[in-house]
Amino acid sequence: MKFDEVREHFPIFKKLDAEKVVYLDNASTTQKPYEVINAVMDFYENHCSNVHRGVYRLGEEATEMFNHSRENIGKFIGAKDREIVFLRNTTEALNLLAYSLGSRLKEGDEIILSNSEHHSNIVPWQMLKERKKVRLKFINSRHDQPITPEDLSPLISGNTKIVSLTECSNILGNINDIKPISKIAHDAGAVMIVDGAQSVPHMPVNVKEMDCDFLAFSGHKMLGPSGIGCLYGKEESLEDLPPFMGGGEMIRTVTKENFTCEDIPIKFEAGTPNIEGAIGFSAAIDFLRNLGMSNVRNHEKDLISYTLKKEEESNIRDLISYGTRNIEKRAGIYAFNIGEIPKFDKENIISENISVKVHAIHPHDLSSLADKTYGVELRSGHHCAMPMTEDLGVSATTRASYYVYNTREDVEKLFDAISASIKRFGF
Amino acid sequence: MTADEYINSEILDEHFRTPRNFGRIPEHDVEIIETNPTCGDTIVLDMKFKGEILVDIKYITRGCSISTAAASILSENLMGKTRDEIEHTSKEEVLANLGLKLGPARERCALISYDAAQKGIKKHFKTV
Repeated sequence: MKFDEVREHFPIFKKLDAEKVVYLDNASTTQKPYEVINAVMDFYENHCSNVHRGVYRLGEEATEMFNHSRENIGKFIGAKDREIVFLRNTTEALNLLAYSLGSRLKEGDEIILSNSEHHSNIVPWQMLKERKKVRLKFINSRHDQPITPEDLSPLISGNTKIVSLTECSNILGNINDIKPISKIAHDAGAVMIVDGAQSVPHMPVNVKEMDCDFLAFSGHKMLGPSGIGCLYGKEESLEDLPPFMGGGEMIRTVTKENFTCEDIPIKFEAGTPNIEGAIGFSAAIDFLRNLGMSNVRNHEKDLISYTLKKEEESNIRDLISYGTRNIEKRAGIYAFNIGEIPKFDKENIISENISVKVHAIHPHDLSSLADKTYGVELRSGHHCAMPMTEDLGVSATTRASYYVYNTREDVEKLFDAISASIKRFGF
Repeated sequence: MTADEYINSEILDEHFRTPRNFGRIPEHDVEIIETNPTCGDTIVLDMKFKGEILVDIKYITRGCSISTAAASILSENLMGKTRDEIEHTSKEEVLANLGLKLGPARERCALISYDAAQKGIKKHFKTV
């Protein structure tokens, strides 16, 4: 499949193109192709049944389809099917790890995160900190540079038990090279966890090559349905890990006194799983594999490169953008501001005479205007990355993020919309 | 909300560009800090009462045009009202005063000052 044919596979573009709407919030969620929609419909229309238990025909069909989906998704990232746990999303996967890995930590143990993490890779660890009195340390990286092994090394100590980092920042688009970071973590005897929510959908990812212990990612950010995601874990790491939620499916035996667990990965899948979600996710994987992940990466590299070029050419006064400008290390994510609205600092505001006027357009206003004037759909706010937003010194940013169906024309419309919004605000 | 409504709203423009009652009350009776979780915007709202009457209300925000304009309009409307009147002000009235049809995300922008004021009443009169 070629990239100029991609849009024809997505029914929603008939409507969006007719309404002249440009969807640029793909880091948040993505549109769904016919292939995914049909796979989910086919399950409902022809194979609907629960998995793992029924020995009748429909039950066996559903189980086979579910197992195939697991195998297919595993292969996509270089993992065995036993190493893929189906969960709701990246957030649930990281919560599982904070709970199950965390159950073995003790007071004073250290977990290293970074300031560019999504809240889903911060809050579960903060909750663990409350329970176990572990210590959280943060790599405070600059917005215009990916995280390097040199950023991690000084934070490593004899107490480091977990290093949990994103492979790609959802606000900056910076791509972190995990392999050398993973080596440092492992040399210190720590577990390496990777948040792959923004990397697995957009570039070739191989868990064996990057040598992480765990990787979390979500289906809906890569053309699949919502409510289905995966946790990859090295076979021996998953086997060693205590279960997360208890209930049906995940047990082997239950007595009034006790229970024994199923083997991995079912051990971590309590309750009836999202069967149609897994099947739809697998269809999305087929779609992306057909495009080729290196081609997906190159397509997005072209779009972000064109974005930075348009930014330079546009000469828009007060336009500030964030993230590295090294295209090789930059995903298709573009966060920016028209003038910066400083972060809200109560102490300063109380003591000083604050001016009503700020020479900036608030991201909420910018994204509403971009939508109303040019149909360009952007995200505004903190993008579930408040620590990085705060380190940028701003209260919010506006973000455009691309995927396989976006075009250079979409990038041009983005800049038209920015210019129109600035005009409206009388800049 | 259509493009025209948003772009040509005089009320929004007027209150956003010259917000009324902007600032702080040094001798406030109650101070509320409220944050909008969708964008992280924060408002500090001060209230001063004489008995049951709100005699002064001021706020500081660095929010968007809608949250700033809504706070401005709200402060004008609540000034001089009684506790009972303020408690009975509805979200619908606040949104109607702004004169814009908003989606759920922007409604939160418009209501951050309202939520702060209602919390202020509860805090001052110790109903929570």
